[in-house]
Amino acid sequence: MTQVNRLPHGGRVDSSKPLRFVFDGRPYEGYQGDTLASALLANGVVLVGRSFKYHRPRGILSAGAEEPNALIQLGQGNRSEPNLRATQIELYEGLVAESQNRWPSLTTDVGAVNSLFHRIFPSGFYYKTFMWPKTFWMKYEHFIRRMAGLGKCPTEPDPDRYDKLHAHADALIVGAGPAGLAAALAAGRAGARVILVDEQQEMGGSLLSDRQAVIDGVSAAQWVANALAELRAMPEVTLLPRTVAFGYYDHNLVSLMERVTDHLPPTSPEALNQPRQRLWRVRAKDVILATGAIERPMVYIDNDRPGCMLASAAQTYVNRYGAAPGKRAVIMTNNDTAYQVALDLVDAGVSVAAIVDARENAEGELVATARARGIEVLGNHAITRVGGKLAVREVEVRRLTGDGKSVSSDGRTITCDMVLSSGGWQPTVHLFSQARGKLKWNQDILAFVPDKLLPGQNNHSVGAARGAFALTDCLVDGFAAGTAAAHAAGHTEPAGSTPVAGAEPAHSPMREMWVMPSGKPLGHDGKHFVDYQNDVTAADVALAHREGYRSVEHLKRYTTMGMATDQGKTSNINALALMADLRGVAIPEVGTTTFRPPYTPVTIGAFAGIDKGDFLDPIRKTPLHSWHEQHGAPFETVGQWHRAWYYPKPGETMHDAVNREVKAVRTSVGIVDASTLGKIDIQGPDAAWFLNMVYTNAWSKLEPGRCRYGLMLGEDGMVMDDGVTSRIAENHFHMTTTTGGAARVMAWLEDWLQCEWTDKKVYLTSVTEQWAVIGISGPMSRKLLSEVAPDLPLDDQSFPHLSFRDGVVAGVKCRIFRITFTGEATYELNMAPSYAMHVWRALMQAGEKYGITPYGTEAMHVLRAEKGFIIVGQETDGTTTPQDLGMDWIVSKQKPDFLGKRSLQRSDTKRPDRKHLIGLLTEDPNEVLPEGAQIVAELKDKPPMEMIGHVTSSYYSPNCGRSIAMALVKNGRNRMGETLYMPYDGKVVKAKVTEPKFYDPEGARING
Amino acid sequence: MLLIPCPYCGKRDEHEFTYAREGHIARPTNGEQLTDAEWAQYLFMRKNPKGVHYERWMHAKGCRRYFNVARDTVTHEIYAVYEMGQPAPVIERENGR
Repeated sequence: MTQVNRLPHGGRVDSSKPLRFVFDGRPYEGYQGDTLASALLANGVVLVGRSFKYHRPRGILSAGAEEPNALIQLGQGNRSEPNLRATQIELYEGLVAESQNRWPSLTTDVGAVNSLFHRIFPSGFYYKTFMWPKTFWMKYEHFIRRMAGLGKCPTEPDPDRYDKLHAHADALIVGAGPAGLAAALAAGRAGARVILVDEQQEMGGSLLSDRQAVIDGVSAAQWVANALAELRAMPEVTLLPRTVAFGYYDHNLVSLMERVTDHLPPTSPEALNQPRQRLWRVRAKDVILATGAIERPMVYIDNDRPGCMLASAAQTYVNRYGAAPGKRAVIMTNNDTAYQVALDLVDAGVSVAAIVDARENAEGELVATARARGIEVLGNHAITRVGGKLAVREVEVRRLTGDGKSVSSDGRTITCDMVLSSGGWQPTVHLFSQARGKLKWNQDILAFVPDKLLPGQNNHSVGAARGAFALTDCLVDGFAAGTAAAHAAGHTEPAGSTPVAGAEPAHSPMREMWVMPSGKPLGHDGKHFVDYQNDVTAADVALAHREGYRSVEHLKRYTTMGMATDQGKTSNINALALMADLRGVAIPEVGTTTFRPPYTPVTIGAFAGIDKGDFLDPIRKTPLHSWHEQHGAPFETVGQWHRAWYYPKPGETMHDAVNREVKAVRTSVGIVDASTLGKIDIQGPDAAWFLNMVYTNAWSKLEPGRCRYGLMLGEDGMVMDDGVTSRIAENHFHMTTTTGGAARVMAWLEDWLQCEWTDKKVYLTSVTEQWAVIGISGPMSRKLLSEVAPDLPLDDQSFPHLSFRDGVVAGVKCRIFRITFTGEATYELNMAPSYAMHVWRALMQAGEKYGITPYGTEAMHVLRAEKGFIIVGQETDGTTTPQDLGMDWIVSKQKPDFLGKRSLQRSDTKRPDRKHLIGLLTEDPNEVLPEGAQIVAELKDKPPMEMIGHVTSSYYSPNCGRSIAMALVKNGRNRMGETLYMPYDGKVVKAKVTEPKFYDPEGARING
Repeated sequence: MLLIPCPYCGKRDEHEFTYAREGHIARPTNGEQLTDAEWAQYLFMRKNPKGVHYERWMHAKGCRRYFNVARDTVTHEIYAVYEMGQPAPVIERENGR
C-alpha cells in the first residue's frame, strides 16, 4: 500500500524510518513519529470504527485524548488491549490493530440494522425495558449485550510488568505546550524541583502543530527544541513525556501514568527489560495546570460521517504528521480559529472548498486573509446535509434565517471528502475540577473556566487551560506561575525574562450556535450527534427534556452522554448548552457534571504494579517452615502467616492424616508449631491494673510463675480476643493473643494507654517474632520433655498446670509454659527463633520411640473442638458475649470496672434468649455438617423458615468416633436435648442439642 | 489522599496512618451509675459534622502514636494537630466555609 494522503513536505514524522503495521488484517506502512490515526489517514483509511448503539460508520474525529470514535483493539493474545484511542497509539514496527464493534467487517456490519430500529432504542431504553414488560427484558438483554459491545478483554493473565513510584516536587507542571514549557523554564531556572509531564510522545503541545508562531525570534518548533534542551540539562527537572496526569486528589496529590514501553514492539528486548507502564504518585507543593483546551465539534446533521473531523485535528494531521485527512475540505465554524486551519491546509496543498461560517457578519483579519487567498467564505450559513455513508462525499449548505433557528429553503451542494468543524474551545479543566475547584461560565469564549480553588489545594491554571488562548497569554501566564511556584518553595535564582511571542492576528467574536438547523425537525432524515461515543443526538437531549430529565446529572444518566472512555470531552458542553436552551435558562444554571479521575483510562495493571501474586501481601513464615515443607505439609493462611495444615503420609487423604494426628495426641504425643501466636510483653508498675481493665477476670493475685486464660471484650461487651497471659515478675507479664488478632490487640491496648489512661505506667512491646513456640501435647509429653530437659523438675507439684518455668531443653534456654489447647498435658516451649529447628529436631528424635506425631492446624482445631474450646472469630462474630459462649465463669463480679463490663448490663446483652453456643450431634454420626449451615427449629416444606442460628465449627472426631459440631443458636442453652434441623444441599440433617463439650468433659486428662 | 502532619514525625501520607475515632470522648468512670441510654450515648453516638471534626489518628506505619486532628470534613483542610490530653482548639474559619 502506498501512503496516498501523505504530504510531500512538512510534518515531524521521520520518512527515513518506515514502519509496517496491520489494521483489520491489511498491511500498511507509516513512519516513525506517526500515531496509528495519522498513519491510517496517510493511507487514506477514513472508516475506522462502528458506533456503540447504532453501529454507524465512524472516522477519526480528533488528534488527541478526546477521541470518541477511533477505538482500537491493540495487540494480540494476552497482550491485547481494548478501547485504545487510535489518536494516542504510537506507531511501532509490527503493530497489529483491529477496529471494534463490527461484524463481520467495518464496511459490512450486520449490527447497523440497529440504525433502522432506532425508534426502539431511544435514550433511556434500558430503563424503559426494565419497566415494561418484565419478561421482555430477559429476551432483549441477550441481544443488546452482544450488539452493544466495545472491545474484548484478553482471557489470559497480563504478561507485562508494571511499576509504581512516589515523588515530590516544588512544581508539578501538567502539559508541555507553550504555557507549560514557559512555567518549567521559569521554575527550573530559579532552582526549583520540577516535574513536567505531557501525555503525548513529544513535548510542545499546540506548538508542534503551529507553523505560524514565532517565539523569542525563532519558530515555535525551534523554541520548543531549545526549551527542552535547556530543561534536560537541569538536574532538578524531570521531563516525563508519554505520561498522563489522570487524577488529582486531596492535598495536592496527583497520579500520573507513564507509558514506558507502549511505543515499542511489545516483545522487543527493550520493551521486555522495562516495566510497561509506571504509576506515579506526586505530592507537589504547587501544581501548574497547563492542560490546554479541547475543540468542540459543531452539531450539524449527520456530523458523524467518516471524514467529519475537528478543524484543529486536521491542522495537526497536516502540520505535525504530514498526513492529509482528505483531498478537499469544507470547514464549518462559529469562530476565527478555523480560518488558520484553512490557511494551513491550503499552504500544504490540500484544497478548501469553502468555509461555512455561522456568524452573520464574518469579518476580521483572518477572514480577510482567507478571502485574499481565494477561499470562499459563506457567512451566516449552515451545513444542512452530509452526503455519503462510509465516507463524506458532499455537503449541502443553506443560509441561516430566523435568528439561526432555521435555514433558507434553497441549498447548494459542495463536493468534498471532509467536513472540519470548530464550535469553539473548552479549556481542559478536568484536573482543576477533580481537585474540587469551582468553575464559572465565560460568555466571551462560551466555555467553563476555573474559578475558585478548594482550600487546601494549591494549583494554578495557565494559558488555554484558564481560557487565555493567545500564545502571548500562555507564555506570560506560564512564566509567571513557574516563577511564583519556585519563589514559594524558596528558590529565587534569576530566571531571565518571559518568552515573547510574535504578532498574532486579533480574533473576532464567536457566535453562540449549539445546533445547526437542517430545515427539518431534529431526528428527521438524519442525526445531529452530540456525543459520538454513546450515540447521543440532539433529539435525545430534547427527549430527555420532554420526559423530565432536565438536571445535568439526570440528563447524563438518562442518555448516557459523557460516559465511557472519552468521558464526554467533546460532548459535555454541547449537551449542557442544548439543555439550557430547551429549559430557557443560562448554561451555568444547568451546571456541569462532576469530573472524576481518571482523565483517560488507566490500565488495571498499572494500579496493581508489583503488588500481585506473592507481593500482594507479606507472607510470614515461622522458623520451622522449611521442616513443614520438607514433610509435605500443605499450608493454611492465617492472617499473613502460613501455618502447616496437616502432614499427609504417602497414600493418606487429608481426612486420614488429620484422624491419625488427632488420635496420636490423645494416645501418645503430638508436636505442633505454635510460633504464630501473638505475644506482647507488658511491663510497668501499673501492668496488673491494666490487665484487670482489659480482661474480664482478675489478675492482681496471679503469682509470678503462673499463667491464666483471659477473655478480652470490646467496650460493647462483645468478645474480641482471648489468650493466656503469664506473670513473669511483679510488674512484668507475657500476653498471648490469637494468631490473627495480634496486631489488632496491640493497637487496642496502645489506644487505651495513649488516649485514656495516660497517667498509667505500662509499656507494651510486640514479641511475636522474638519467641518461637513448639507445643508438645499428649499423655507422653511429660516423659518426652524429661528426656530432653533432664534438669527440669516436671512433677505436678514442681511444675503444675497453668505455670511456667525457665529451663534448658536440648541445650537451649527455653521458657516452658504448661498450658493446653487440646485438653491433654501440654508443654509450650518458647525459645529464640534461631534455635527452634534444633529443639524441634531433638524432640522428634527423642520422641520417635513414642511415635511422636507432628500435627497441623486442622488437627489442632479438631482437638480443641472435642474439648469445646472456642476460637475467637469462629465461635464469635463480634456480636457474641462471654455469657453467650457459656463463659460467665470468667467474668469477674468483684472487679469495679473492666472494658465491656457496663455493656454486659445493657438490656439487650442481658436478654436470656440470645444466641448461645451449644453442641450438635447429628443423627447420622458420619454426617459432618458444613460450617455456616443454617439451623431451623420448625421445618417447613420450603423457605422461608425461621433461621435460629448457624453451625460455627464442625469436624469428624476420631476420638469420639463420630461427627461433632458447635453452633450459635437462639435460646440454645434452653434447648438441651431438642432436635434441630439443617436443610442444605437438597436434604435435611437432624441433630440433637448438647453441651459444647464432647471429650473428657471433666478435664481429667490435663495431667497426662 | 491526605497529607497528615504527625506531631512527632512531620508530614506523612495518609496511608501511613489509621483513623482511630472521634476525639475528646472521655470514658465514663461511673458506668455502673449510668442508664442504658446514657451509656449508649458514650458507646454509639458520634458527631457527623459538616465542617470541623475533632478526631484521633494513629501513625500506624510510623511512630505508632495517637494524636488529635482538627479536620474539615468538607474540604479536608487540617487546621490543627495536637497531642493527646490537650483541649480541642477553637477553629476560626473564614465566612462562607
